[in-house]
Amino acid sequence: MRKFWGIFLVLVLVVSIVAVGCGQKQEAAKEEQKTQEAPKEEAKQETAGDVVKVGWIGSLTGDQAVWGQCEFNTVKMLVEEINAQGGLLGKKLEAVGYDTRGDAMEAVNAVRRLTSQDKVVTIIGPNASGQAIPISTVLEEMKVPDIATVATNPKVTVVDGKTKPFNFRVCFIDPYQGAVAAGYAADVLKFKKAAVLYDVADDYSQGLTEFFIKTFTEKGGEIVAKEAFKSGDTDFRPQLSKIKTANPDIIFMPYFFKEVALSANQARELGINAVLMGGDGWPSEVLLEMAKDAVNGSYFVNHVDFDDPAVQDFKNRYMKKYDRKVELNGYLAHDAFLMFVDAVKRANSFDPVAIRDALETTKIQGITGNIKIGKDTHNPEGKEAAIIKIVDGKYVFQQKYAPSN
Amino acid sequence: MDWFYIKGILILSGINLMAVLGLSLLTGFTGLFSFGHAGFMAIGAYTAATMGIKLGLPLIPSLLIGGLISGVISLFIGKLTLNLKGDYFCIATLGFGEAIRLILDNVQYFGGARGWPGIPLKIDLWNVAIINVVGILILINLINSRHGRNMIAVREEELAAKTIGIDTFKHKMISLFISAVYAGIAGGMVGYYTGFLQPKMFSMNKSTELTIIVIFGGIGSISGSVLGTLLLTALPEILRAFALWRLVAYGAAVIFIMISRPEGLMGGKEITLKGFIRLLNIRKRSGKAAEG
Repeated sequence: MRKFWGIFLVLVLVVSIVAVGCGQKQEAAKEEQKTQEAPKEEAKQETAGDVVKVGWIGSLTGDQAVWGQCEFNTVKMLVEEINAQGGLLGKKLEAVGYDTRGDAMEAVNAVRRLTSQDKVVTIIGPNASGQAIPISTVLEEMKVPDIATVATNPKVTVVDGKTKPFNFRVCFIDPYQGAVAAGYAADVLKFKKAAVLYDVADDYSQGLTEFFIKTFTEKGGEIVAKEAFKSGDTDFRPQLSKIKTANPDIIFMPYFFKEVALSANQARELGINAVLMGGDGWPSEVLLEMAKDAVNGSYFVNHVDFDDPAVQDFKNRYMKKYDRKVELNGYLAHDAFLMFVDAVKRANSFDPVAIRDALETTKIQGITGNIKIGKDTHNPEGKEAAIIKIVDGKYVFQQKYAPSN
Repeated sequence: MDWFYIKGILILSGINLMAVLGLSLLTGFTGLFSFGHAGFMAIGAYTAATMGIKLGLPLIPSLLIGGLISGVISLFIGKLTLNLKGDYFCIATLGFGEAIRLILDNVQYFGGARGWPGIPLKIDLWNVAIINVVGILILINLINSRHGRNMIAVREEELAAKTIGIDTFKHKMISLFISAVYAGIAGGMVGYYTGFLQPKMFSMNKSTELTIIVIFGGIGSISGSVLGTLLLTALPEILRAFALWRLVAYGAAVIFIMISRPEGLMGGKEITLKGFIRLLNIRKRSGKAAEG
């Protein structure tokens, strides 16, 4: 009997859950009907509402919080500035941002909330490919475009040769960045022997490593050592010792500044004099504080030249408002926002689908370079990378560089 | 609240619930703590996705195969570690979970740490609900069977259980196996829901989250697990308005329950229809008494 009651109870529970669900569905359906019956009213409401919401998602907590907070601050600042100038198309903007903790499922939930409850017209962010890829299904269902800031995995916008209709990005992609780093090391710096130390548990690091090695060997260079660690490690001496015996000219370190600082210090301790090189995970004030001498003379690939006159204005505005320096993500969030504003102006509408169509033909001058969105890739095409050298605790711009082939 | 958003939370609850049910059997009814269930989820997720994409199997068979493979692997772990006493099993599962994640990080066939996009989307609220109902029914039947009672005996006093002739090792193995199958199926659903798999999704955080839900809901209670999952999956979403204080509030809620109800929400009791009717009867009787 007990068994029976158990089963019965479960059934009742399920039925009630489903019933609640259906009830809501019916309500939703009713509402839909209502809106269909009275589309004029709806339209009136839309024009009456003066506020248009722009979404943002990213890590406000967790190990990437530094960047996430900078991005959200940037978006909030730009929204305020636009509102102060009288808004966009005569409407005020409002930034709605949600934390993802760097978690894919949280990102999916946050986007569901932004698109359905907050009814945002566009989403800016996230800053990681691992979150930008899973949200695409929600975007496609709700027909809201997303502009990722530093999600550099090619698969964010194109999977198996198919372009994802609602995913865009403002940064260049991993294959390009890896090719730039390898091309610069081989062609400009004339290095022949490279070692790679990378984070095996990190998607970004694996991506850059793969494409660096590919281009470097194509250009006639030799990879003398390839060593891995995993996120959270603090001791890199075993790997570095192996790299030391291989005696490379250059060590490619495609991971984030905290580990870069630790591994660079340890490499110098072990007496490795090779030039260090990295990607866009490097630039941070923290890196210079932690490893000023160790990274002296190193190169890294960046989205932006920090001393470029074009970025000074933004840097100063941010400094004035938040009293701290802009992290790299801020620049890209800035340009993602520019893309959005430009698209709205050209579409002359706040309809998400119209914005999406306009985004496909974006051609603007951002602070991180020329942004011309490719229709088939949804990536900024031919965006030049900046090569930056660290000299005496300063980021010194070397040149804009695009790989030769 | 918009239905589209609520639906997302419900589906996620359903996926979590499957893993929690499995863990509830292991931790709640057999008394073994595991901090590696995300590892079983990962095995199930990648197997189910492989079955679906490379072999073209439909949803349910690929989920089941994912669960089974995960269960079979758990048998190896169990064989090696279940004879250990006390906390050693817990440590072993912890290591196992991390090992699985790191192996997947390295397997380029599955996309490595960069993840595996393009998994077909086959999960909706309906099939999640059905899978969960079936899962709960099987679990209730199991717990009310002889095996289930033996498992509870193992949890209560292993030595005594052994003395009266219960094969404790065998029952721990069964419990671990079923628990891993449930986790594997839950993992498979993650892939088919998000369309994307990344080893990062199955970190130790996920394992701890599952254990927290089981204890929050109440050790040895299936209705507790269901309730706990619904509450703890919805809570971070409800708290979105608190922005940065969200996770603090979440932690505070868990601590509050643990202090005010150390036995968990349900504390080993079940919500049953019988209990409900009894409650009604008592009311009726007291009503009559008042009349008389």
